[in-house]
Amino acid sequence: MNTQALFSQLLIGAINGAFYALLSLGLSVIFGLLNIINFAHGAQYMMGAFAAYFLLQWAGLGYWTALLVAPVVVGLLGILIERTMLKWLYQLDHLYGLLLTFGVALVIEGVFRNEFGSSGLPYTIPPQLTGAYNLGFMFLPIYRGWVVLFSLVICLATWYVIERTKLGAYLRAATENPTLVQAFGINVPRMITLTYGFGVALAALAGVLAAPIYQVNPLMGSNLIIVVFAVVVIGGLGSIMGSIVTGFALGIVEGFTKVFYPEASNTVIFVIMALVLLVRPSGLFGRTT
Amino acid sequence: MATAVGVDIREATAARGAPTHQVIAFGVMVALLVVAPFLVYPVFLMKALCFALFACAFNVLIGYVGLLSFGHAAFLGTAGYAAAHAAKVWGAPPEAAILLGTAAAGGLGVVLGTLAIRSRGIYFANITLAFAQMIYFFSLQAKFTGGEDGIQSVPRGTLLGLFDLRQTYTMYFTVLAIFLVGFLVIYRAIHSPFGQVLKAVRENEPRAVSLGYRVEQYKLIAFALSATLSGLAGATKAIVFQLASLTDVHWTMSGEVVLMTLLGGLGTVFGPVVGAFILIGLENYLAQLGAWFTIVQGAIFVVCVLTFRRGVVGELGRLLRKPL
Repeated sequence: MNTQALFSQLLIGAINGAFYALLSLGLSVIFGLLNIINFAHGAQYMMGAFAAYFLLQWAGLGYWTALLVAPVVVGLLGILIERTMLKWLYQLDHLYGLLLTFGVALVIEGVFRNEFGSSGLPYTIPPQLTGAYNLGFMFLPIYRGWVVLFSLVICLATWYVIERTKLGAYLRAATENPTLVQAFGINVPRMITLTYGFGVALAALAGVLAAPIYQVNPLMGSNLIIVVFAVVVIGGLGSIMGSIVTGFALGIVEGFTKVFYPEASNTVIFVIMALVLLVRPSGLFGRTT
Repeated sequence: MATAVGVDIREATAARGAPTHQVIAFGVMVALLVVAPFLVYPVFLMKALCFALFACAFNVLIGYVGLLSFGHAAFLGTAGYAAAHAAKVWGAPPEAAILLGTAAAGGLGVVLGTLAIRSRGIYFANITLAFAQMIYFFSLQAKFTGGEDGIQSVPRGTLLGLFDLRQTYTMYFTVLAIFLVGFLVIYRAIHSPFGQVLKAVRENEPRAVSLGYRVEQYKLIAFALSATLSGLAGATKAIVFQLASLTDVHWTMSGEVVLMTLLGGLGTVFGPVVGAFILIGLENYLAQLGAWFTIVQGAIFVVCVLTFRRGVVGELGRLLRKPL
């Protein structure tokens, strides 16, 4: 076995894992409070990448601005979706939320595909992060190292806010019993709106991070999101730490599979999902349903 | 799950035979479908009929068990590949090819169903979606499916050695017969004591369990039935269009069947048929507009979920005060 190949696949795995973790974290945060699976998550990730592209092309604003502005803009669009559509569905079966966001995803992707076709648009790596370190056993492209590190920081920060701060305590309480929390004078509907916006912003942030690695493409989200759904099922829906750990772990497992048994690299996550479901139907970190 | 998606509880008439208005509606549907090929392009009708059967099979799960499967393309596609392979490579006659495809989907249904029915609601939707994606990647990589090309120019053959299916009208009436058999099997199943138990599970699962029903088994049988009939639709479609391709296994197809059923009316007898005809009709007219069809589909989804949850047939049934 060539160690060079092994480590480079491992790095690719870690990067995929970073995106799985960011996206499944957003899904988990949204699911925790709204009890819906946000099918538009992939489309919103794609919009994050496009927002970065637009900022550069139209306003000349580079990567670092995009990293801040794109999640805010896409998050606001998410809030718009929540305020105008999702909020009418909370008293219905949760499956309607899935169906609605699926429709929204189709519309968004259709619009972008109409405008930009299916081919990718290039987005260059910011000058500060170009080049590579020689680690002795392999070359580490700086940008890729940055993506893994940065998303890890964001994931852990999110975990900290939700599990260890007062705001997070409100959030967790509202997940358990929204009526009671509202009776204590906390504006739960606004919290729901902001949570959805935050989850969407996480997806958009992942999109900005992905723009220089993959090309900016209208279909970049739709293929990724189904893998992320499997990741979320494995980790257990609604579990914050669960989605972070499983996200990174499965990315790396996928990377290893590419080295040792490349034919199965597309399906390994789904196979793991089937095995996990046999043993623990509510996922590795999920509470029993 | 307290109440299933958008379905009113109005099945009081279900126990004793088919109510008159449903018999009339069935008669009208058959009459229309017999006359239609002489007025409308038959190939379009055959496509719509295959999808109508697919949507009816899908509706068994969502409408009567309250389980939203987001992976039904797996059954449609697998059956299509199996039937196309049998007809083209083994030279099987069409009836054998279709039966083989149907059986393949049924077998897959039992396997995936065993894993999937352990969960409910959103988990179930996610899990079926992930399994279907697994089948998609398998179809993409396996040798016999032809990868991106699919299995092309599948011979239609001669049905039972008597009817030459290359004749458009012979093919049409064969498809119509298959559709009607599938439709009646579903109708019979959901209006039997078995179907009543399914509805009980949908409305109140713990209660059904406490009454002594083996809920898991009922769900698995419903899942397998749904998968098998989806397979019948997929196998027939492969023979009609002489093609089995990745489109039929892709998750967008799973989404399409959800939309057909939702648009026609979840949990209605005729809704999936109406929904399939509307959507395939739209697709026909909007095909040259490319991505616009996706946008229209998405918009219909949003509108249906927000304002039109009963669907076309559900609303019609409400106006007539009779379940259709």
